[in-house]
Amino acid sequence: MLAEFGYGVLVVSFIVAIYSGVTAVYGAQKKSAALVESARRAMLLTFPLISLSAAVLIYLLINNHFEVAFVYEVTSRSMPTYLKVTAWWGGQAGSLVFWSWLLAVFTSAVTLRKWDRDIEFLPWVIVVSAITLTFFLGMTVFFENPFARFWLVNGNVEPGMFAPIANATLFTPQDGQGLNPLLRHPGMVIHPPMLYLGFVSFVIPYAFAMAALITGRTDDRWIRITRRWALWAWLFLSFGLVLGGRWAYDVLGWGGYWGWDPVEIAAFMPWLTGTAFLHSVMIQEKRGLLKHWNMILVILTYALVIFGTFLTRSGVLSSVHAFANSPIGPFFMGYVTLTLVVSVALVIWRWPILRSETEMKSMLSREALFLLNNLLFMSILVVCFWGVIFPLVSELFTGQKVTVGPPFYERATAPLFSALLFLMAVAPLSAWGHSTVQTLGRAIWKSVIAALVVVVTLFFTYTQNIGALIGFFLVALALFTTLREFWRGARARQKAQDENFFTAISRLMGRNRRRYGGYIIHISMALMAIGILGIEIFQVETQGLLLQGEQLNIAEYTIQYRELASWDSQSEGVNHTRAVLDVYENGIFLGQLNPRIDYYFDSQQNMTTPGQRSTLRDDLYVLLVDWQPVSSAGATFKVFVNPLVNWLWLGSLLFLIGIIFAAWPDRDPAEETARRNVIRSNQQTSAAD
Amino acid sequence: MKKLFLTLTFILLLSALFAGSALAQDKVPTDDEVNAIAKQLYCPVCENTPLDVCPTEACRQWRELIRTQLSQGMTEDQIKQYFVDNYGARVLAEPPRTGLNWLIYILPPVIILAGAFILFRSFREWTGRSKASSVLSAERSAATPPAEDDYVARLEEELKNRK
Repeated sequence: MLAEFGYGVLVVSFIVAIYSGVTAVYGAQKKSAALVESARRAMLLTFPLISLSAAVLIYLLINNHFEVAFVYEVTSRSMPTYLKVTAWWGGQAGSLVFWSWLLAVFTSAVTLRKWDRDIEFLPWVIVVSAITLTFFLGMTVFFENPFARFWLVNGNVEPGMFAPIANATLFTPQDGQGLNPLLRHPGMVIHPPMLYLGFVSFVIPYAFAMAALITGRTDDRWIRITRRWALWAWLFLSFGLVLGGRWAYDVLGWGGYWGWDPVEIAAFMPWLTGTAFLHSVMIQEKRGLLKHWNMILVILTYALVIFGTFLTRSGVLSSVHAFANSPIGPFFMGYVTLTLVVSVALVIWRWPILRSETEMKSMLSREALFLLNNLLFMSILVVCFWGVIFPLVSELFTGQKVTVGPPFYERATAPLFSALLFLMAVAPLSAWGHSTVQTLGRAIWKSVIAALVVVVTLFFTYTQNIGALIGFFLVALALFTTLREFWRGARARQKAQDENFFTAISRLMGRNRRRYGGYIIHISMALMAIGILGIEIFQVETQGLLLQGEQLNIAEYTIQYRELASWDSQSEGVNHTRAVLDVYENGIFLGQLNPRIDYYFDSQQNMTTPGQRSTLRDDLYVLLVDWQPVSSAGATFKVFVNPLVNWLWLGSLLFLIGIIFAAWPDRDPAEETARRNVIRSNQQTSAAD
Repeated sequence: MKKLFLTLTFILLLSALFAGSALAQDKVPTDDEVNAIAKQLYCPVCENTPLDVCPTEACRQWRELIRTQLSQGMTEDQIKQYFVDNYGARVLAEPPRTGLNWLIYILPPVIILAGAFILFRSFREWTGRSKASSVLSAERSAATPPAEDDYVARLEEELKNRK
């Protein structure tokens, strides 16, 4: 009964979304404020509707309604309640509802804002959001229904929303399969919502871009609104990516944080275009250039968001044939193609009115370097896109399946990332409009010398690896130039305003949060690069079978195997196996590590949890690989030493701080002026009194 | 006599067997040697998980197979070739450089270079055009200074004054 209700509400939201889109188009055509208002209200209505449907789904998940196929697939009796709730996005059908729900949240937020200034955008923003929402809801309504149930038909169990034949009865399994143990991790609870938030919130900038194209209102207004939304979307997407990396490091048990897996790349690609957009949008704001290109970037980001969801959801990655068999594959592909064609057609149609207002004057100007930055981001995108697509192309044309793994991506992107680091060091020093080699050289030479000093020191104390030294040079250069920007700005302000250094620096940053938030992000990128260089170049690993009391040496560390215990926890439905290891460094006892393997009975899967010892110098990362159950005499351990990897996590943290700093809403300048006027007039009145 | 011969042969064979296994045991490949090769291989079942860290039973058996092959004296390339022959090119971390696979290595650099070329040419065109109309564009950019640039310009100005 409840399942039918949930499904019914989903169908109603689907219809309301269609109504909203159609009415908005019609209202815009007829210039009817009433119709547009009706469309807006319909859009607002989707939020409570989908929320209700989601609430029903969560209720079914929490209360073990295993007759519902989705509930059976992602939960089991032994799972704690909070995991049952998060199982909502733990499977295909549920995550599509989640996607739709987030989209409803965002579009409602957009339609709720004050529209006086942008009233002509509104109908088209609603249209684009409604089309996207209709698409995702349509998928759950027609193909991936989370409310579908099991039916007993002549002794066979068949899934379906409604009874396939008249005398079919519902079938309720004793227990569910349970969530994949890898997903039963706090990181996994928050990582997918963040990624989805990032994905979904990129729909809004796209909607504004389309609205600007359709209405022909291509002044700066759309780009201002779009930029703000894009920054938040970028925040969520970045947060999702960082959390995903940390989760992989803690749970997947391969001593790494990023495996160039197609699923990771699917989330990384919109991030790349989004990052390119956030840079090139500044050129449009400051110089009125590149309007076409910014449009294309927004469109591309949207297309990649849908494409990324498609890649991870359609089964196309395991085989092109799985794609052909899955109903949502062609549906997705059709949608991506259609939106891309329509969007590009709109850009071409509006090409003349998107002309640049000024011209590019110097190849070393800030805008020229930003373009170079865009070229690099696009190049990384090309590598990623082609790397993900190629196995499908190969299978399609030759029937041969191939793997495109980390070596390909690392080789192809390492020089591009290095170039980005270099640009990060140079670009903030160049001026808008015009820069020369002399002006740039004057601005950078001190930082170059400082970076060289660092590299020479590292050469004698840390490493002679050429690749690493080049990397560290670029990192140091980027760090020094960026820090110097803070220092220069603060000193200038200090001098001009007669403030102390700390007041100066905080006011400086407060005055232009986007600029200095951006610089914080640059610093964080440099810190992350240290971590990446460390783990990529200096990681060492070893594996060995240890009898009790035996030792294993790696780098400066010695680990000694003390004991191992294995026990069942019936309440959790898990068998825990936990080893105890003593860790020594150069003979000095440092403490104990407990690598662990948890075997989940319901899903019959292992979860490997490493024992970790983290310092800024390195991570000692120990995995329990195998053990002898009978004697518990011997166990096999895999040990990694990951130098500098914690700089990656430190950088990630600073990265998030930087984005929040940059994205924090400023007071609207117009509102600010109005507010000041009100205060002034109040003062005048009180003075008059 | 014949019986003695048979016994001798048997003993000889047995000792050869023992000697063989003893020889092999002398240099049982370590986990690290096995992993060095396994790291470069991907099993067809567990997508995108390198063989050295894949926790499944099937992958464990593959690793044992590599160990056996190593102890039989096979080289790294031979072992990789063995897996390619039996399970297809997808076991390798990268597509082998043959036929259509060349596309994966060639296409990205071609596109990137084309992008760089287009960008460079556009630069030339823009800068050329702006030199021709530099007076005009200078006027225009002076006429509409974007709001936020004020601050940057002032900052730059202050810094210059400081020197």
